[in-house]
Amino acid sequence: MKGYNFTLSGASLTALGSGALWWPDESLLVVSDLHLGKSERIARRGGTTLPPYETRDTLTRLAADLALCNASTVICLGDSFDDIAASQALPEEERQWIFQLQAGRRWVWIEGNHDPGPIEFGGAHLAELPLPPLTFRHIAQTGGSGEISGHYHPKASLALRGRTITRPAFLIDTDRVIMPAYGTYTGGLRANAPVLSNLMRAEAIAVLTGPAPTAIPLQR
Amino acid sequence: MRKLPQIFQDWFASKGWSIHPHQQAMLDRADAPALMLIAPTGGGKTLSGFLPTLIDLHDAPHGGMHTLYISPLKALAADIKRNLRTPIEEMKLDIRVEERTGDTTATMRKRQRADPPHIFLTTPESLALLVSYEDAPRMFRGLKRVVIDEIHALAESKRGDQMMLALARLQTICPDLKRVGLSATVEDPAAIAHLMARHPDPCEILEADAGPPPDIQMLQIDEPPPWSGGGAAYAIPAVLEQVKQHSTTLIFHNTRAQAEIFFHKLWLANEEGLPIGIHHGSLDREQRTRVEAAMVRGDLRAIVCTGSLDLGLDWGDVDLVIQIGAPKGVKRLVQRIGRANHRYNAPSKALLVPANRFEVVECVAALEAVLDGELDGDPRGAGPRDVLCQHILITACAGPFHADALYAEVTSAGAYSTLTREQFDACLDFCATGGYALRAYDKWQRLIQRPDGLWQLRDPRAARNIRMNIGTIQDTDTLKVRMKRNRGGKPLGEIEEGFAATLTPGDTFLIGGQIVKYEGLREMTVEVSRDSAKKPKVATFLGTKFATSTQLSARVQRMFTQDSWPELPSHTAQWLELQRTHSQLPQPGRLLVESFPHDGRAQTVIYGFAGRNGQQTLGLLLSKRMEEMGHSPLGFVATDYATLIWSLDPVEDADALLDPHALQNGVETWLAGNAVMKRTFRASATIAGLIERNSPQARKSGRQATFSSDILYDTLTRYDPDHLMLEITREEALRGLVDFGRIEEMLERTKGHIDHLQLPRVSPLSAPLFLEMGRVPVKGDAEERLLAEESARLMEQSGLAQITPGPSDKPRWRVGY
Repeated sequence: MKGYNFTLSGASLTALGSGALWWPDESLLVVSDLHLGKSERIARRGGTTLPPYETRDTLTRLAADLALCNASTVICLGDSFDDIAASQALPEEERQWIFQLQAGRRWVWIEGNHDPGPIEFGGAHLAELPLPPLTFRHIAQTGGSGEISGHYHPKASLALRGRTITRPAFLIDTDRVIMPAYGTYTGGLRANAPVLSNLMRAEAIAVLTGPAPTAIPLQR
Repeated sequence: MRKLPQIFQDWFASKGWSIHPHQQAMLDRADAPALMLIAPTGGGKTLSGFLPTLIDLHDAPHGGMHTLYISPLKALAADIKRNLRTPIEEMKLDIRVEERTGDTTATMRKRQRADPPHIFLTTPESLALLVSYEDAPRMFRGLKRVVIDEIHALAESKRGDQMMLALARLQTICPDLKRVGLSATVEDPAAIAHLMARHPDPCEILEADAGPPPDIQMLQIDEPPPWSGGGAAYAIPAVLEQVKQHSTTLIFHNTRAQAEIFFHKLWLANEEGLPIGIHHGSLDREQRTRVEAAMVRGDLRAIVCTGSLDLGLDWGDVDLVIQIGAPKGVKRLVQRIGRANHRYNAPSKALLVPANRFEVVECVAALEAVLDGELDGDPRGAGPRDVLCQHILITACAGPFHADALYAEVTSAGAYSTLTREQFDACLDFCATGGYALRAYDKWQRLIQRPDGLWQLRDPRAARNIRMNIGTIQDTDTLKVRMKRNRGGKPLGEIEEGFAATLTPGDTFLIGGQIVKYEGLREMTVEVSRDSAKKPKVATFLGTKFATSTQLSARVQRMFTQDSWPELPSHTAQWLELQRTHSQLPQPGRLLVESFPHDGRAQTVIYGFAGRNGQQTLGLLLSKRMEEMGHSPLGFVATDYATLIWSLDPVEDADALLDPHALQNGVETWLAGNAVMKRTFRASATIAGLIERNSPQARKSGRQATFSSDILYDTLTRYDPDHLMLEITREEALRGLVDFGRIEEMLERTKGHIDHLQLPRVSPLSAPLFLEMGRVPVKGDAEERLLAEESARLMEQSGLAQITPGPSDKPRWRVGY
């Protein structure tokens, strides 16, 4: 798989341009913060009626990643649904699609702050998943190591001769990876926000997603 | 002829005035359903509008609101209030005048709704908000007249469209409402009258005597203007000299940043310490109010300002207007000149100061146009439907409505008189369900139809959000600037968030005429301290880019064909000669293309003279074509005369680049993917209520909750390409972009007549292009190339490259554990 290769606690990992993380030795694909059903939740709560296509777009990209790597395990790292009600309100077509993607592989739903309870889709539902040498959880914990988390939707910017490119980014140091949001309707938190720079070591890097994932020093 | 009541005659006599002919004419026709007065600034326009109201209220007592006054500027409402006070107090009339703008306190607003004044002064946005309240019929009951000031300015924008829709609403509440419009001199009064009147009512147009022709010249300065740049620093001593010779001078600039820089330099040169102020829309309100008050008192000798002073504010005794930089449009110039000399029948005096040599040409062209009495302007098309969507939501906030009745009401507004029922229904469906091909929101519709057929909000609480998002002005996200103090220092004004993001502590910039040092960001406020530096890092906040009118640009093109230029100052004539020597001047029937390296990039200039919109379209098409040809374009900028494109690799074959057939092939897809479309989408989707503006609180609480409107645009394009919002985006983008037909015609005409010159450096004529604002970035191959380069450089520089493996597909070894 083409991407940015690095090791964390001895595990060789690849940050993919799509925002997914690939662990080839375990045939394991991680995606974080899908926020499926976001448009439905916003409309339900009296907001605007956004184009209701984010679930199919997110699933289309996930299906493409799975077609390439044929992972035997998929971990959704929390906030997979914008809320529990949104997971129940998915149109039948999109529910079937999730079932199809799950067929023939192990599937783990990690709980996030948006989807803290059990959801009705198959697969394991866990608060966190230790898989030595790594641990998968939604929100990074200080003092953690070998930790893969999401939640913050990090994005990083790079000034290039008169223009600034901003993209969702992986934040990586020797203790942890904080993954970018994979869902279509997601924004980002600047990688230099205090909450993120407090979590990351001084020598941390940010890997910008896109056609060719690119590493830069984490700016503070 | 309707006679003035005795008390009014006495009052006029006591002032030594006599009623102007157009004021009498307005009084005589006070019963017309719609009436428009065209008068130059200072022609007693305001009194013409209010005289019938004052007489009415004197003749018979009136309960509630009698006259509604709408102006495009808050400051104008305050000004009018002050001006009305004089006749009301001196004639002891029992008339209450109050204003309501975004600045009015909540207590005052509440009282105004319960007990409205006789004369109510407001802005289009405040009016739209009032119309959205359930008690609007009570508040406006008995309303007899509406006076729309500076209607020529409103008629050019979506604010005017919104106001007219709100008026259609008021007309339903008060069927006998009479409309009066006050306009400056315009090229097509009938078009504005059509927008103003209730369709199909007629609208009579009265034209006041235009007064003597203005006394307008170029300011004679010994030193020649620079080749490029917009600062006009060379003119500071000459401008200061003029300020000394006149009692009050207005110094107009085209952008706020230029006004700041000029003011700063003027102040440094002001050895006599003449009282000079600055006024523009980014300044803190308190500061602006202080300058306005000083101006009215006559305390200031000069005021450096931008378009925020364009409109008819009464600034006391201004006897000179100086325009720095080319005026960009004849109409704007004439209206600015009108700011000088408020005495009717005295000529206005104005001086033009071109900021660079290209602007000398533009200024001469504009001067000739003014003397010829030629005005410019482009007609606007049908009413924009994003504004209509917002109006439907506003209507729903006020209470249940019938679709048929609302359609009838909307089409009574001139701009929407050609709106079909089908188009209206599409907007209603969008407001109700989102209007998607995938019917996802049947359960959560925004508007629902009741069994009796009326439409209403599903959730009445949504009204609050809709009201908070009323308006059609697209403001960029701005941050407040304050002096750093213990407990919140003095507010100075606002800067764009994007500009703030580029600042690092210690950077200096100009605001309110002083240089300040960036200290840091605290809770969405930029904290600064005073700095004694002489040269600031320039603030680029909120520069409005004016397009030169096509009429002016045609005049400029004609001037280029002359053998010599006796009407131009010698330095500018020499500059054009220099262009002839080093390159050539654009010739009619031929297309000049220049390529040269500059700033580490390949630059290509196409002098199409197709007008700014046409050149912009050409920029979009050519950058796409260059991407296909592998030149890696980075961006482009368009003026009325030329398009400048910069790329990583140079253009060698201009004929291939400009092949009409190849460009035609790109047309189908160019509209969909470009930055202009995304920008337009963002604006229209916000107006139509698809995207809500971010409140400062929402921004503070963390931005990962919000996501870019570009994502919505891309998603819609992919899954619902026929959606109404995309249709509206195309309509609105085409208002700004000339269709491909005009570019195609230009390319066909010049095919085989392309003069492509490879030059060693920037040509004289192209130099000003490098300072143009409104650069459009091109996203494509070049971005990935630059990203890879910059990443490698940064990783190397930080030393991380040695300790972090780069992207590679080298075999990896499993580490045991």
